[in-house]
Amino acid sequence: MTVSEDMLQDEFETPAARRMRLVEKYGVFAVVILMIVVLSILEPDIFPTTQNLTNVLRQVAMNALLALGLYIVIMTAGIDLSVGSIMALATMLLAMADTGGLPWPLALFIGPLVGIACGAVNGLGLTVLRLPHPFIMTLGTLYSIRGITNLVSGGRPVSGVSPEVRFLGSGEIPLPFLGEFASFPVSALVVLVCYGGVAYFINKVSLGRHIVAVGGNPQAARVSGINVDRVLLIVYCLSGFFAGLAALLMAGRTGAGFPNAGIGAELDAIAAVIIGGASFFGGRGTVLGVFAGVLVMGLLRNGLNLMDVSAFWQQTMIGMIVVGAVYVDVLRRRAGAAS
Amino acid sequence: MTAADTPLLEMRGITKRFGAITALDHVDLRLYPGEVLGVVGDNGAGKSTLMKVLSGLYAANVGEISFDGNPVRLDSPRDAQDIGIEMVYQDLALAGNLPVYENIYLGREPGRQRFGFKIVDRKLSRRMAKGHLDRLHINVKSVDQKVEELSGGQAQAVAIARATAFDARLVIMDEPTAALAIKEVGKVLDLIKRLRDQGTSVILISHRMDDVFFVCDRVMALFHGRNFEESEIVNTSRNEVIGWIMGTKGHTETLAHDRL
Ligand SMILES: Nc1ncnc2c1ncn2[C@@H]1O[C@H](COP(=O)(O)OP(=O)(O)O)[C@@H](O)[C@H]1O
Ligand SMILES: [Mg+2]
Repeated sequence: MTVSEDMLQDEFETPAARRMRLVEKYGVFAVVILMIVVLSILEPDIFPTTQNLTNVLRQVAMNALLALGLYIVIMTAGIDLSVGSIMALATMLLAMADTGGLPWPLALFIGPLVGIACGAVNGLGLTVLRLPHPFIMTLGTLYSIRGITNLVSGGRPVSGVSPEVRFLGSGEIPLPFLGEFASFPVSALVVLVCYGGVAYFINKVSLGRHIVAVGGNPQAARVSGINVDRVLLIVYCLSGFFAGLAALLMAGRTGAGFPNAGIGAELDAIAAVIIGGASFFGGRGTVLGVFAGVLVMGLLRNGLNLMDVSAFWQQTMIGMIVVGAVYVDVLRRRAGAAS
Repeated sequence: MTAADTPLLEMRGITKRFGAITALDHVDLRLYPGEVLGVVGDNGAGKSTLMKVLSGLYAANVGEISFDGNPVRLDSPRDAQDIGIEMVYQDLALAGNLPVYENIYLGREPGRQRFGFKIVDRKLSRRMAKGHLDRLHINVKSVDQKVEELSGGQAQAVAIARATAFDARLVIMDEPTAALAIKEVGKVLDLIKRLRDQGTSVILISHRMDDVFFVCDRVMALFHGRNFEESEIVNTSRNEVIGWIMGTKGHTETLAHDRL
């Protein structure tokens, strides 16, 4: 095929197709900015304050970490339904170990380690048992890990987590130049570091590129000499790791382990990833988009709270936004196919 | 080529079963350095399966492979790549969501090792891809173009670029011209000739007798998963080879079609 033909081909992209491509790529960021503008106009005295904006960050921290793990999984066209349960088990074991006298420098590792171990179970179920779809394996662990959480705790919360362990979840970095009580949550810092790390990993590290390739075409990855099973195992371990890190933040925020923590949290995380523009069919989506998706959900919740709108509206609207986000993708494909 | 040459590749008694189906039944294959071997056979004859055994994707149930006179075990595509066997798959095994240059070096990205991870040098990778495509006389608008945006011929060219990016000693091409427009077919065949001129051996699977008789030195036919017949290309004819594909020997000019 010659150069001139290529250029002809390019001109076939209709204005509609191009518009949809841009909406898909930048739409979620436009929504974040729009929400910030609208909320600043509707609640000028409360919404745009440092206190409130950092509050949004405090509120989204756990969902942000769960969504980051799910982003990696969804990039491979997989799914991890077990992250809410993993978070609960990790918080519980962390709280029990910490209150049981384990030195805090060791206790800090319990959340992430429990998360990685649970993720490894998911990954091995998928690759060794060859279960047909990760939905099945992680649906199983959603139940089983929740059950184990209740078994080890007797269904009772454990409180009294030590201040050192709580630091990542509840610590504050003072920002005196922004006002006497202004501070930046350590949990948000943890989130930002993780997002930066994953963005670097996915874009620059060969293993990250292999994850994207597996999502695009697992067969192509396999014949390229990539060990696809190993990649998938690592992906589910990473998802578990971030659920374990979210557990550490949760234990810090609440000072306790609750056996019922994180019920339904996997769905919030999936919603954030989808709103953020990642494709459910794998291989497409950015870390920045997922962060925007998390913010859309957080801002919605914050704004409706400020305006005293019932939480039922939050659910209703999040559902509509999820459908809308995917519909944009459908429109883009249709516009692309028509060209 | 003389009989005194030691074969580059020898497959002996390869048997591959998928459940109750015996896709390959004690198949032998020999290939000499710098030779282009055509493999023909009807749909389902076992051509792709034999090549996937050779590329490390499938493990044979029975049989031996030696390369350069040494017995080898090919447990994964990586094992095959490591000794210089590359394959262009029939179903174009490319990741459509990745750009051209990443597909070419997928799994073997240039980069530097840090803390057990490889940091990909994208700039170098782009540059290497450009240089390699130029050497193969392959035109793509940009190495940054996603493969899913390419035409069939361009995607095929990328798949061939992948297979030749690491000084392969043997390149297997499974029906590389099947989905191409006529003028793109010519480019692929020229490329095969250029590979041979560089001393690379090629195995070409094709249904098109024009392809086989234009580039191949030798042709072998499989029938129902077994060796059926083989010949130097100069000692046979299209009609005879078409007869082999249909499972008959000794066809004459008047009995068969000119083309398949
Ligand atoms: N992965 C597989 N699973 C089961 N059967 C297969 C598989 N691959 C090939 N076969 C069977 O093996 C036989 C040979 O197939 P194949 O090698 O693809 O033939 P060809 O490439 O010559 O058309 C066919 O009967 C086919 O159905
Ligand atoms: Mg085939």
